[in-house]
Amino acid sequence: MRRLLFQGLVRSPLTERLPVPDDPELAALSRKLDAAAKRRLGRSLSIRAIDAGSCNGCELEINALSNAFYDLERFGLKFVASPRHADVLFVTGPVTKNMREALGRTYRATPDPKWVVAVGDCAIDGGLFAESYAVIGGVAEVIPVDLIIRGCPPRPRDLLNGLLALMEQPRRAASSP
Amino acid sequence: MKMASLIEIIANGAKVGDQRPWPRFAVDAVQWQEIAEGFRDGAFVLSGLWGEADAVHMALLDGASGEMAVATLPCPSGHFPSIGSIHPPAIRPERAIHDLFGHVPDGALDLRPWLDHGCWGVRHPLGVRLPAEGGSPYAFLPTEGEGLHRIAVGPVHAGIIEPGHFRFTANGEAIVRLEERFGYAHKGVESLMHGLPLDRAAKLAGRVSGDSTVAYALTFSRAAEAALGIDAPPRAHWLRALMAELERLANHLGDIGAICNDGGFALMLAHCAILRERILRASDAGFGHRLMRDAIVAGGVTTDLDPQRIFKLRQLLTELNRGFPQLVELYDNTASLQDRTVGSGRLDPALARQFGAGGFIGRASGRDFDARRKFAYPPYDQLAFDVPVRDDGDVNARVWIRIKEVEQSLALIEQILNDLPGGAVRVDLVPRAGEGVALVEGFRGDILVWLQLGDDARVRRCHLRDPSWFQWPLLEAAIEGNIVADFPLCNKSFNCSYSGSDL
Ligand code: SF4
Repeated sequence: MRRLLFQGLVRSPLTERLPVPDDPELAALSRKLDAAAKRRLGRSLSIRAIDAGSCNGCELEINALSNAFYDLERFGLKFVASPRHADVLFVTGPVTKNMREALGRTYRATPDPKWVVAVGDCAIDGGLFAESYAVIGGVAEVIPVDLIIRGCPPRPRDLLNGLLALMEQPRRAASSP
Repeated sequence: MKMASLIEIIANGAKVGDQRPWPRFAVDAVQWQEIAEGFRDGAFVLSGLWGEADAVHMALLDGASGEMAVATLPCPSGHFPSIGSIHPPAIRPERAIHDLFGHVPDGALDLRPWLDHGCWGVRHPLGVRLPAEGGSPYAFLPTEGEGLHRIAVGPVHAGIIEPGHFRFTANGEAIVRLEERFGYAHKGVESLMHGLPLDRAAKLAGRVSGDSTVAYALTFSRAAEAALGIDAPPRAHWLRALMAELERLANHLGDIGAICNDGGFALMLAHCAILRERILRASDAGFGHRLMRDAIVAGGVTTDLDPQRIFKLRQLLTELNRGFPQLVELYDNTASLQDRTVGSGRLDPALARQFGAGGFIGRASGRDFDARRKFAYPPYDQLAFDVPVRDDGDVNARVWIRIKEVEQSLALIEQILNDLPGGAVRVDLVPRAGEGVALVEGFRGDILVWLQLGDDARVRRCHLRDPSWFQWPLLEAAIEGNIVADFPLCNKSFNCSYSGSDL
């Protein structure tokens, strides 16, 4: 059977033997990010993703952060299932009118201090969908946004860079609703 | 009844417009209903049902002969005979038509709103607009019985997935009924399409369902080329197919990993995710974008391959040909995983046929349909490949169909790289009015695009039908009798698009 499992035992883990040329740079970036989160929060960073009406392209790249190339968890950055455990909300998509309420509720369920990142061009200003009767527009029209990450969708590396910038930027005034 | 008689039925009506490559006929209410009976009796498949301000249209498909036609029923009165009342796959499209255009399907059993949640500030946004009514709460179907309890999930889910609501009625652990409630991702794509020039319209089409951006841009572009009466250069066809197969590979690998992860086997996810990432990187190197977005346009493609890019893609093939068989072996030999996937979420082949379920969902339940084979659009008419079909219909079958399709896509990519013709990759467009329709095999099934262009070649009307329209309802059926804890696994094995069907 398990040639693959066996290899896993006798070889170094897959995450460390990936022949990815830019891996060191990426690892350094992730480590920096983890350190910044520890400085800022005294612990690692928990991220909650919420799709406010995206085309699902942004989700694909957020998901990619967990693959062995980026391996977020290795550095203590993790996606959590509930907004109640989250420090950062990753919001994707143009906010549809049908999602406005759910987005607001998720935001209110997230404890302070919290950061909101508008992920992807749609989340910034509604993108190609901005003019629709069914779309409100960017995330900032519904909840306060701390950072935007451009791209359609943003590459995983852009997402990591964005998180780092977030941890290093001065805190905005306390958030309301 | 056979397709010939179907054509007879609708050919009694007048052929309208100059729709290419398949004809469009105007029918009357009686013929409309006769066609519906043809769906019910299994003579042909309902491939799409959509509205216009003063008409309703449907696409009919004969899976056996590979013939297709569009039938149009004018409905100036705002009424048309319901098809959903005798052919259930039409129910959700009819509810959507009612929400968007205000047309009433007479005799419909279910006219609850589908896309309209009462939040738009307007009703019938694509028809005669009316001010929104105060939203009444959505009436879920009643379930009664001793010991039943309800579980409501969504629209915001625990994972990194799209928004949708699932209402389970369970008896202890066993699911008695699942009711889906969607529309949260509705972005009004069809209204946004109106008046767009072709380049912007192709971009919008590529954002209907992000995981299928290549397939959507391809379907849209083929419909536009049909409407304009032009053909893309041979090299463009081949490059498009290359992108389409890369997209299929990436998605299938993502799915196989995610299904196994939900089956409690995270190792498989880790390995599949690595292969997927390699595909995205090679796609980026080859076509300038990890998802190959906006690379396909009416008239051809926007980017060409040079020997260096081809080399990168060949390297990818080598890596996948080495890595993938090991993963197949791992899947095949992990009894604890098969314990979860075999027998779970079984979809009855009769239902798959009735709904015309496309993609791995249909092909894992005996429906032998693949638009690449049935319509053999270029370059698939010159490529050798198999269309795997099984009839066991469970999660395991859907995994195996994907595995076999990965193998086929790898072989297709190799053929494409070997035989890629030279020449231009794009032709200039001459603006003109026209009407086109296209059906393309995306990773999740066949995508239909119907397109009308005005004199300036701007979009007059465009309907984009995601395969999920005829797959989502089947998840409700397949999950019955499974335990609640197996829902994520079954849902992942379907992997329908929320955004694609919410539109
Ligand atoms: S930014 Fe692009 S990928 Fe993200 S939701 Fe919008 S269209 Fe999709």
